[in-house]
Amino acid sequence: MLDGVKIAAFGLGALMFAIATNWGHDQAYRVHALLLTALCAAGFVWSIRTAGARQPVNVESSYMDGPIRYGVVATAFWAIVGFLMGTLIAFQLAYPDLNLGLPWTSFGRLRPLHTSAVIFAFGGNGLIATSFYVVQRTCATRLWGGNAAWFVFWGYNLFIVLAATGYVLGSTQSLEYAEPEWYADLWLTIVWVVYLAIYLGTLVKRKEPHIYVANWFYLSFIITVALLHVVNNLAVPVSIWSSASVALWPGVQGAMIQWWYGHNAVAFFLTVPFLAMMYYFVPKQANRPVYSYRLSIIHFWSLIFLYIWAGPHHLHYTALPDWAQILGMVMSIILWMPSWGGAINGLMTLQGAWDKLRTDPILRMMVVALAFYTMATFEGPMMSIRAVNSLSHYTDWTIGHVHSGVLGFNGLLTSAALYYLVPRLWKRERLYSLSLVSWHFWLATIGIVLYASSMWIAGITQGLMWREVDSLGFLVNSFADTVAAMHPMYVIRALGGVLYLTGGLIMAWNLWKTVMSEPLRAETVPAE
Amino acid sequence: MATKRELDEATQTETTGHVWDGIKELDTPMPRWWLWAFYATIVWGVVFVILYPAWPLVNGATPGLLGYSSRAQVASEVARARDANAALDQRILDTDLAAVEQDPELLQFAVAGGGAVFRNNCGQCHGAGGQGAIGGFPNLLDDDWLWGGTVEAIHQTVQHGIRYDADPDTRFSQMPAFGDILTPEEIDGLTQYVLSLSGTEHDAGMAAAAQQTFLDNCASCHGEDGAGMQDQGAPSLVDGIWLYGGDPATIRETITTARYGIMPSFSLGNRLRPEDIRKVAVYVHNLGGGQ
Repeated sequence: MLDGVKIAAFGLGALMFAIATNWGHDQAYRVHALLLTALCAAGFVWSIRTAGARQPVNVESSYMDGPIRYGVVATAFWAIVGFLMGTLIAFQLAYPDLNLGLPWTSFGRLRPLHTSAVIFAFGGNGLIATSFYVVQRTCATRLWGGNAAWFVFWGYNLFIVLAATGYVLGSTQSLEYAEPEWYADLWLTIVWVVYLAIYLGTLVKRKEPHIYVANWFYLSFIITVALLHVVNNLAVPVSIWSSASVALWPGVQGAMIQWWYGHNAVAFFLTVPFLAMMYYFVPKQANRPVYSYRLSIIHFWSLIFLYIWAGPHHLHYTALPDWAQILGMVMSIILWMPSWGGAINGLMTLQGAWDKLRTDPILRMMVVALAFYTMATFEGPMMSIRAVNSLSHYTDWTIGHVHSGVLGFNGLLTSAALYYLVPRLWKRERLYSLSLVSWHFWLATIGIVLYASSMWIAGITQGLMWREVDSLGFLVNSFADTVAAMHPMYVIRALGGVLYLTGGLIMAWNLWKTVMSEPLRAETVPAE
Repeated sequence: MATKRELDEATQTETTGHVWDGIKELDTPMPRWWLWAFYATIVWGVVFVILYPAWPLVNGATPGLLGYSSRAQVASEVARARDANAALDQRILDTDLAAVEQDPELLQFAVAGGGAVFRNNCGQCHGAGGQGAIGGFPNLLDDDWLWGGTVEAIHQTVQHGIRYDADPDTRFSQMPAFGDILTPEEIDGLTQYVLSLSGTEHDAGMAAAAQQTFLDNCASCHGEDGAGMQDQGAPSLVDGIWLYGGDPATIRETITTARYGIMPSFSLGNRLRPEDIRKVAVYVHNLGGGQ
């Protein structure tokens, strides 16, 4: 029965997308329709060939790690793609000839490719994989929903491919971090709702009396991202045969919705679920209890309550009404301590285990990730102060701030989680090489320092040059002067990117060699 | 649950008794400094939202006790900057431009202010230093002028622009696209003739043969000797300075399709204030090539 439905659905899908390929108005739409036709055709053949095959029996007795293994591979793959794109566009800013004069390789198209590849592809795959791993272990039960977890993995990565190819072909709705067009957005919504259902279902059938703190954070991430995604992407397609759409929110309301979304992408995609990751992997790697249960409750609720207000600080001194700007700034500053609550709980979990930092490069990576988190979450509230923002806004300081957070906190923490997961998921005795982890750690750390310090200098230089006036009150610099002044900083930033990318490549090699090494034993770990 | 509580050896702190996949939690109280810092930011926040506009109401928002508004702030800052220079600005308006350049105080003021206007309004095309760029953006540092290099002529150009339809006083001239008028062979010959005018490497035979074509079609604007005419905005072809490029292919393209460079009018819609237009004219005139 199910086989029949699958065959019919794939066959019908292939036909529909073939029609869409024929009738599509624009190149990106037709390429996407053709891609989906091919995928449905492949699915059609696959479902016929596997029809009637026996389902494995008694799967309920073990954790569902297949989609997690695929997720780990996807995370490492997209990490390299994202870092490579970032390094390339950093060089493009220093040497514009690298745009090659082609639309597909121009900065404007590759920049969203970079941001989406690192945030949604690398970060997102890492979050989905670790959340599936953590929720099963901390609930002591198998994932709810059977093969739905596979659907989430493949569906999410299909979204990534639609988004990435769309950018290169020039299809975008021009909302930062929400560039994919309407059909990709609709698809992501479906995938995300299934993800939520799996997560909730697993929590409901947990065998532990309480829900572990990491799961609060993961769950708030899944729920809030669904809300943000749907509201910010409300749009009316020009035609069902076109990738173009018209946003529902007009003018300053659109800007407010976009930055409510944009800042909460930072909050609920790049902070909250990574704290979830921290709450599982740091205590496991350090083999220590979490520092303070009470702190975890208070900082969780204050963090998610306050973060959702912070968006307007992206629109200081704009057409946004003063009250919204000031409220956003006030909430951003009160957010400082709740943010640090997570850092304290992570770092202080090492109480009684600080000596392990000398011998365990993975734990060292986690601790430095938390140090970068601490710095970025002080810098953020500071930059949200309107007077500071009048200097920092529109400058590279913002770029430096974001990258000290994402390269330092998200990138290093995810890498550390991958180092933790790979030997366990593939049942290897140990990582291929701990000294390669050390190499990765130092290359990445030096890369981040080069990146962040050059962008701080660049940003403050820009801010000061833009406002520099002579004794009569006349502006001293032209915009082109400030661009020229950035060149050395842009070169240093790009070199920082090269170091970080090299670290990523070393990680991928190390993980690959680990997977290729001899398995430990062939038994499955039963769900407890 | 209390029965499962245990004492953590390293910290001498009790755990909460919960265990997940081997992870326990300590029942450490929240750090005092953290809690007090959190309270302090909340208190500050409460005070701040009372002092400043912060909470939306049905119509508008709470105004805040200090009566702050960013519009009022920027208006007062702009007014302060204008007031500081009001006397000098008035003298710029009242003084003949040539006389401005004779008055050291006014000249310094005009060059400083005009420079700022230039870097923010003109540099995008003419370069931050006025060096121009190949592709139709004239160099303002040399003494090669399309529409005249006196301070009055420059002032007129900045005020009304060039080929800027919306301003009835704009400077206007239009070169025909000779691709519609001459044969490709004639244009090839003309290209060689134009090259010869500035002493650039050329085919002497073709150039000589094309002289009559030049006199018939081009001389009425560019002059019989090719020296150009400023009242028509027709560039000199003899000085080796090129707006769009002096290589044979570019010259050929210029003759075939013609050029139609546009400069905006800066008086239209008060894009720049009259005193700022006067200042920038003085600044450009003093860049080096002024006549």
